Amino acid sequence: MKTKARSHIPLHGIEKCPTGIRGLDEITEGGLPRGRPTLVCGSAGSGKTLLASEFLVRGAREFKEPGVLMAFEESENELADNVASLGFDMRALEREKKLIIDHVHVERSEIEETGEYDLEGLFVRLGSAIDEIGAKRVVLDSLEALFSGLPNEGILRAELRRLFRWLKDKGVTAIITGEQGEKQLTRHGLEEYVSDCVIFLDHRVTNQVATRLLRIVKYRGARHGTNEYPTLIDETGLSVLPISSAGLTYPVSTKRISSGIPALDEMLGGKGYFVGTSVLISGPPGSGKTSLAAAFADRVARDGGRVLYWSSEESSDQLMRNMRSIGIDLDRHRKSGALVFHSVRPTLYGLENHLVALHKLVVDLKPTALVMDPITNLDAVGSSAQIKSMLTRVIDFTKNLKITGVFTSLGAAEDENRLEQGVSSLMDTWLGLRVIEADGVRKREFYVLKSRGMAHSNDLREMTMGEHGIALRSPYAGARATGERLTRAASTARGRITTNSRGSRS
Amino acid sequence: MTQGSSARKGSKPVPAPERWDLRLYIAGESARSRLAIANLKKICETHMHAGYSIEVIDLVKNPALARGDQIVAVPTLVRKLPEPMRKIIGDLSNEDRVLVGLDLRPRK
Repeated sequence: MKTKARSHIPLHGIEKCPTGIRGLDEITEGGLPRGRPTLVCGSAGSGKTLLASEFLVRGAREFKEPGVLMAFEESENELADNVASLGFDMRALEREKKLIIDHVHVERSEIEETGEYDLEGLFVRLGSAIDEIGAKRVVLDSLEALFSGLPNEGILRAELRRLFRWLKDKGVTAIITGEQGEKQLTRHGLEEYVSDCVIFLDHRVTNQVATRLLRIVKYRGARHGTNEYPTLIDETGLSVLPISSAGLTYPVSTKRISSGIPALDEMLGGKGYFVGTSVLISGPPGSGKTSLAAAFADRVARDGGRVLYWSSEESSDQLMRNMRSIGIDLDRHRKSGALVFHSVRPTLYGLENHLVALHKLVVDLKPTALVMDPITNLDAVGSSAQIKSMLTRVIDFTKNLKITGVFTSLGAAEDENRLEQGVSSLMDTWLGLRVIEADGVRKREFYVLKSRGMAHSNDLREMTMGEHGIALRSPYAGARATGERLTRAASTARGRITTNSRGSRS
Repeated sequence: MTQGSSARKGSKPVPAPERWDLRLYIAGESARSRLAIANLKKICETHMHAGYSIEVIDLVKNPALARGDQIVAVPTLVRKLPEPMRKIIGDLSNEDRVLVGLDLRPRK
């Protein structure tokens, strides 16, 4: 037996076994309890088998820990096919003797019970597989099939208790999966036998949009996050988003980053945004929000940075074509890799999953700047409060990485009860756009509502867009004199717009 | 399938003149293993006049064989012949159930 090397568990806390699953090792502060069984439970389709398989595949590939998968529900081929779509080549690992898949098939109709028995056959199978490749990891997926397969529950329960003790003696780190029960965590109360670590996977559908969540129900002897963490299953496997709310501890920078428009930089104390802050651009349809965001993206890319452009409205091709018309060439940045588009329909999945997807991209790309255009489309999959909560996490996360974020929002900044009212407090800089009609022409009006930590202009500017880019001109030359007069000018302007926009809507 | 073929189905009692090929899986020389072997011999001698063969497989010595016949519980008696394959788990103390399991007695 190979238990010797494993038996010296350090006295100071539990030794951890890294899963290699993105995010999971962070929230468990290192992985699953080494040498002990962990129960992974959840409803059908919540990703239990996937999590368990990924634990084995990554163990074999990344941590040189061979594994044994005892599959009670799916055959070897079914399993290998299911995870192949996630880039896990189980058959190759089997050939390399890093993985053994044993499909245990128990069919009640084929079994006649004629006296006393035990499940030594199962122990023998598992034991010989473990010894054959020197396995350090074991997955039992799902033991509950035994409850329907074997007639005597009393014997089964006694044997399960013995099995979990035996697994610990073997020193393997094990994942046992179990289907969610009505009144308990698992249908057959497997949690009774696994006391070290329990992970619950949830798969909720609200407004026809599915959200996956992971929660550590229990982790004996170790600190762990207790929140529900959004998770995502994509072509690289499972990802858990380790952040929920990072708290207000991010680094603060005094460095500046250009907005991409010289006149706007000038309005912001002559230097642009602070690096690592968040910028909200509000305005009605067609007021130029995307253009402002694109100008910023272009500037960052030209200055050698990298931009992640999250678009929930336009495809990257459409966006690039439109921006070309105002002299902003995003295509070359995309080709050079300085600009990465992530165009996604908000209704594709739930808010939490958007968050995970975004988190993953940010971690992979390490961008200088993030553009989300527009955030308001997320209202298709969440309430204002939920969107605010999501954006809080995005901003906490990006600020920690000193990523400057530009968020566009559809709607006039003055409207009450709109999303802006909720998220504006998260934003360091808030830029407003509106469309006014004067002298028979529609004009775009631009202003800075706030910009924390810097002297900024209170001017109302007229924004024009042409082949040579975006310009901010001052149509109210007379109002530039004193602050008092400026405020008055601004409020009359505001009054005028309200009337106009109402008029145009009727 | 042609109509009225002689294909055996389900749990119909098998006619007596058959060759019996049985395999008994045990784990180690335990009291339960010995009891199962003794019970099996007795049943064979009483009910299988046409002849039978018993192969006893000790999984402790041959662990790799457990996968082939999908053995989970021990002892498990596998009827290889006559077909179809049947599995009977336990120490074979309940003779009635064993006979039902081997299709030597109709299911109620």
